[in-house]
Amino acid sequence: MITTSGLTKVYRSGGREVTALDGVDLHVREGEVYGVLGQSGAGKSTLIRCVNLLERPTAGTVTVAGQDLTALAGRGRRASGALRQARSRIGMVFQHFNLLSSRTVQANVELPLEILGLDRRERGRKALELLDLVGLADKAKSYPAQLSGGQKQRVGIARALAGDPKVLLSDESTSALDPETTRSILGLLRDLNRQLGLTVLLITHEMDVVKTICDSAALMKGGRITESGTVAELLATPGSELARELFPVGGEPSGPDRTVVDVTFHGEAATQPVISQLSRTYNIDISILGAAMDTVAGKQVGRMRIELPGRFEENVVPIGFLREQGLQVDVAGAAAGTDVADAAEALIQEGAK
Amino acid sequence: MTWSQMQPLLHDACLDTLFMVWWSTVYTVLGGLPLGILLYLTERGGLLPNVVVNKAVGAVVNIARSVPFIILIVWLIPFTRLVINTSIGPSAAVVALTIGAIPFFARLVETSLREVDHGLIEAVQAMGGGTWTVIFKVLLPQALASLVAGLTTTVIALIGYSAMAGAVGGGGLGQVAINYGYQRQEHGLMNITIVLLVVIVTVVQLAGDLSVRRLARRTGRQPAPVGVRRLWSANRTPGPRKTEVTEVAPETT
Ligand SMILES: Nc1ncnc2c1ncn2[C@@H]1O[C@H](COP(=O)(O)OP(=O)(O)OP(=O)(O)O)[C@@H](O)[C@H]1O
Ligand SMILES: [Mg+2]
Repeated sequence: MITTSGLTKVYRSGGREVTALDGVDLHVREGEVYGVLGQSGAGKSTLIRCVNLLERPTAGTVTVAGQDLTALAGRGRRASGALRQARSRIGMVFQHFNLLSSRTVQANVELPLEILGLDRRERGRKALELLDLVGLADKAKSYPAQLSGGQKQRVGIARALAGDPKVLLSDESTSALDPETTRSILGLLRDLNRQLGLTVLLITHEMDVVKTICDSAALMKGGRITESGTVAELLATPGSELARELFPVGGEPSGPDRTVVDVTFHGEAATQPVISQLSRTYNIDISILGAAMDTVAGKQVGRMRIELPGRFEENVVPIGFLREQGLQVDVAGAAAGTDVADAAEALIQEGAK
Repeated sequence: MTWSQMQPLLHDACLDTLFMVWWSTVYTVLGGLPLGILLYLTERGGLLPNVVVNKAVGAVVNIARSVPFIILIVWLIPFTRLVINTSIGPSAAVVALTIGAIPFFARLVETSLREVDHGLIEAVQAMGGGTWTVIFKVLLPQALASLVAGLTTTVIALIGYSAMAGAVGGGGLGQVAINYGYQRQEHGLMNITIVLLVVIVTVVQLAGDLSVRRLARRTGRQPAPVGVRRLWSANRTPGPRKTEVTEVAPETT
């Protein structure tokens, strides 16, 4: 639904150049909620603003709903008619709501409809319908200043939906809200995604947001996407930073000659008594250093950090056993890609045989 | 001079002053508002950035603003004669007043527009709005309270200018004060014209503040203070700058 390829944005200010986006390839499928995470300054806002060309990319293309927006843009800073037309089919929600304080709630929702050229009666009907959808029908005649933050964001969402968009862009739309309100706004976005088949691209720096509503996620660092995929894929990727962030488990080994292993359970496996089986089969004592259980993307996922006695070489067989049970096993202290990790991998493969 | 002698004199002078202020206000808005919008749009990083236009318009505005009004009137005499075939009387004064006030008001408009949150412009662009939509649906409505405050300041400046125009044959209260009060030493008449000018300025300021408050209350901003002290500080400095405007319509967001 949204595809960017080689998207690059370089800001030039006073002779200095800042590469905010460095060849970003993003692919958001139709009907999914896609979260982009990253630290401040990673280029998240720049990315989302490039999607509807509020920011002109320096290089690369943006395709939304099969339409190449970069080709529509035209030269110069002014948006071409074709681009404006395309934008009216892409909703956008902002961190600071960006409602016009001079207009009532209803008039705010009507604004995109005025731009689309609908007549007064139709605008009123549609606006009330949308306000009803976001649960604010009774506030139609209020001014934004009289609303709470959560209510303002609901108005922002209703306004974003006015043009019957297929795609909704959201830049930290819950960052200015308290946790309770955040949940209700996320719930609303989830419902809209399901009811209207809306594709949602959202920027956030809160892992909770991804956990609650995202089907897929990407991690941005220094203008690049370093990890991306469906949440399940990410959780199944050994050494995935996003997975670790989504699912932090702590715990330090109790002594030097110990092997620390992170075990991730998905769905079915979460209900198997694997740890006690492991203990019985190999007659070893297992201590649990840390554990967490949560629902990610609507699925039960658990993560456990366990400690086995003896060094890694002595535990190759038990670890192989865990693998056989369909669990994802990461040996802690051996980050993926390092020699230790490779050696561990090789040994485990052997052990499994 | 007796009251029956003064009364028709003052009556006509008042009407002349109101005539000058009214029409110069109308033309100032017609000229200054678009000019202010143009300055705002063409500035660097603006919606229609254009260095040449911005610098040129800005230079003309600055020059016009730095010429003292009394000199501007005299300097404009040939031009005024060209436009309305005469260089004396209230109609002639309107030409000079308008040309003197347009640059002043244009700067106030530009300042007011700059106060509009850029996020709102972006929101409208994101929903497919073009530059005209941004001007008419975002900039002007959002800046309205601040624009009204700027207009109030401009009108009060125009009242002051109109008295100066009176000194060089424009008519109105200023001319009465100079011709009778100063040259014929009619102190009573002089005092009455001053009282009348104060009353007019006070009424304009109160009406302006009231409208600003109305607009501000609707949009949930902090109401502007209306008080005698503010009124007097505004009267003493008929050419307030940016700070004056922000004081009248402070943003709370
Ligand atoms: N208009 C601009 N001019 C110059 N540099 C800019 C501009 N906008 C963004 N940048 C730079 O681009 C980089 C990415 O900024 P961006 O706003 O996309 O980050 P972000 O990931 O959204 O951060 P945050 O989480 O703080 O919102 C930063 O280094 C920033 O300084
Ligand atoms: Mg940002």
